[in-house]
Amino acid sequence: MISVENVSKSFVLHNQGAAQIPVMEDASLTVAAGECVALIGASGAGKSTLMRMIYGNYLTASGRIMVGDLDVASATPREVIALRKHTLGYVSQFLRVVPRVATLDVVAEPLLHTGTDRADAHAQAKVLLTRLNIPQRLWSLSPTTFSGGEQQRVNIARGFAFPYPALLLDEPTASLDPTNRETVLAMITEAKARGAAIVGIFHDQAARDAICERSVDVTAFTPQVAA
Amino acid sequence: MTPLLQVDAVSKFYGARVGCADVSFDLYAGEVMGIVGESGSGKSTLLNCLAGHTPPDTGAVRFDTRADGLRDTVTMSEPERRMLGRTDWAFVHQHARDGLRMNVSAGGNVGERLMAVNARHYGDIRGKAIDWLDRVEIAEDRIDDRPTAFSGGMQQRLQIARNLVTGPRLVFMDEPTGGLDVSVQARLLDLLRGLVREMNLSAIIVTHDLAVVRLLADRLMVMKDGHVVETGLTDQVLDDPQHGYTQLLVSSVLQV
Amino acid sequence: MSDYNFAYLDEQTKRMIRRALLKGLAIPGYQVPFASREMPMPYGWGTGGVQVSAAVLTPDDTLKVIDQGADDTTNAVSIRRFFQKTADVAVTDATSQATVIQTRHRIPEQDLRPDQILVYQVPIPEPLRFLEPSEVETRKMHSLEEYGLMHVKLYEDISKHGDISTSYAYPVKVEGRYVMDPSPIPKFDNPKLEMSAIQLFGAGREQRIYAIPPYTQVVSLDFDDYPFQATKADTACGLCGAADSYLDELIVDDAGGRMFMCSDTDYCAGRRRAGCVGAFGVPYAEDVA
Repeated sequence: MISVENVSKSFVLHNQGAAQIPVMEDASLTVAAGECVALIGASGAGKSTLMRMIYGNYLTASGRIMVGDLDVASATPREVIALRKHTLGYVSQFLRVVPRVATLDVVAEPLLHTGTDRADAHAQAKVLLTRLNIPQRLWSLSPTTFSGGEQQRVNIARGFAFPYPALLLDEPTASLDPTNRETVLAMITEAKARGAAIVGIFHDQAARDAICERSVDVTAFTPQVAA
Repeated sequence: MTPLLQVDAVSKFYGARVGCADVSFDLYAGEVMGIVGESGSGKSTLLNCLAGHTPPDTGAVRFDTRADGLRDTVTMSEPERRMLGRTDWAFVHQHARDGLRMNVSAGGNVGERLMAVNARHYGDIRGKAIDWLDRVEIAEDRIDDRPTAFSGGMQQRLQIARNLVTGPRLVFMDEPTGGLDVSVQARLLDLLRGLVREMNLSAIIVTHDLAVVRLLADRLMVMKDGHVVETGLTDQVLDDPQHGYTQLLVSSVLQV
Repeated sequence: MSDYNFAYLDEQTKRMIRRALLKGLAIPGYQVPFASREMPMPYGWGTGGVQVSAAVLTPDDTLKVIDQGADDTTNAVSIRRFFQKTADVAVTDATSQATVIQTRHRIPEQDLRPDQILVYQVPIPEPLRFLEPSEVETRKMHSLEEYGLMHVKLYEDISKHGDISTSYAYPVKVEGRYVMDPSPIPKFDNPKLEMSAIQLFGAGREQRIYAIPPYTQVVSLDFDDYPFQATKADTACGLCGAADSYLDELIVDDAGGRMFMCSDTDYCAGRRRAGCVGAFGVPYAEDVA
């Protein structure tokens, strides 16, 4: 489902004397439907970078990134937008929302965006929020005022609202207490069971061992910098 | 799939000065394109060329009309272009005063486009006006008030209602939140997002405010000195800017 | 005979005005710009109507001049005397005997004939002016038939007053094409705009001429659910008893007593001569006035 093939990336900082920072070289990995692959490596090694490249948020300098039938690395913006709508979901590390929108609407959005009617979308959102222990009295409030853990749970609810065939999860269990952590791991397992291909970053070793079939160490893709 | 708007090598010069140069892109139904740049970047010139307010010196602006498919609006006759401007196209000005009739009631402002395409039933027109005022969160009891009695944010929302009442497919917006208080901006952007999604609108939004494009635009074009220096997915251009100028713009945004 | 050229204006000027009139008749309701001349009366006192009359008068014509329906107001008398002096034409109060009728703000009650010309005095010829101040823009609107704004005005009336409150200068659409201001005639007169006579409109200050040829379709603008109604005061003339003519209201004493009478003085006099008597009237023979 997801296939990263010989991908490389560097950053060029034009306003800092055109400093070139190579961050990735020859990265490859595959994820089949129903699999969960963990990205591991030291902080700053490029885990989030690779994830963002798969999502199309970062450009890829060379190589291919196949998600389903689409090569994200060379796709047009339209194609990536369509992919993100129907195929590829992304739960980032931090919740980023439009101000003023109610939590219920934030979570329902991926469903509304793909044509589910309002009542159904809200119903499904409520189920998810309940499961993740977000109390009902918060559903009509904007999540911008919630605690870090609450925000992250809203983020996850939104990420799991639509049954994406491929999912990218960046630290989904960080800032969660044990009960909610178990819930999220269960949700990931359910997603795998319905055939989703998942790439995840988990700093928590136990979580990794619980649900990931394999780990890929991104340090292997770090370019060797001349001393 | 046919693009809704096909911009082909549009340029506008003022003598030797470049207004905008060689701009091309395709826009599809339901897409929102943001155009950012600082003052003098050529973004407003480009918008005016696209919207038919100024004729470009070179290039074509092809729109997928309902009746005849893709037609170059630059070479269209003026009556046809004006008709397009009243039906399938809409233009939201930065200053609501430029886009409203200040001596006509709110209901009259919203109803005008309907009456311009031969709506002749007062009750229906008023009903639609009330419906639209509600959608832009203006209370029904303000329908007979003049825009001079409205706050800046309300005037802007009225301008949006007035433009969208005939169900246009393409909306041009020139700094739609410029000059508004921050809280009012948030409300307006939220409203625009909802409407764009609900009505499957396409939009071209010119702004210098990167937060606006992040919220509203799917795709982004960065302009400097009349040229497009970078283009792509909004989140990609803002998170992974390639061109030096874009990097400068993005890093200059104050974090609150 | 006077020292003036016939009807005051020189022949070249009359030619220019006649060209404008012909163009106006060829394009009913379209405002034709013309080079309005300085007349021996100030703007706002009927110079447009006077110039049009001057251009169409011939020595054999009989002229009637009315102001709000009356032959005997200061303005009507002045203009009538002006043409007597400069053209030496026959004048009359009787509508049926006139061949050229110059009018300010009314159409005579009785039907006009194909051999008659009705000349209107027009203050502001542009019906869209109050909503769109730009002349460039209103010209474009007329040429592109963009009249949505006209209905906005009517919409505003209904929303403010519950009904289309425009009671005079009520806009009309001529021959299905141009929207026209019929001059400040009461809306009661609008149906009469479809007539057998030639109608010419002159605006001296604004320098525009327009025209409606005989038997032209003239439709008053309205909404489907607020149709046009030609209304007048709901009573009869106190002098002659006419129930179908446009009425003026007259305060008759210090106690606020009032009476309504026909605005068209010739029509009223004709009815009284024929023996009709209204609630406040006296039989014609005894009447001194």
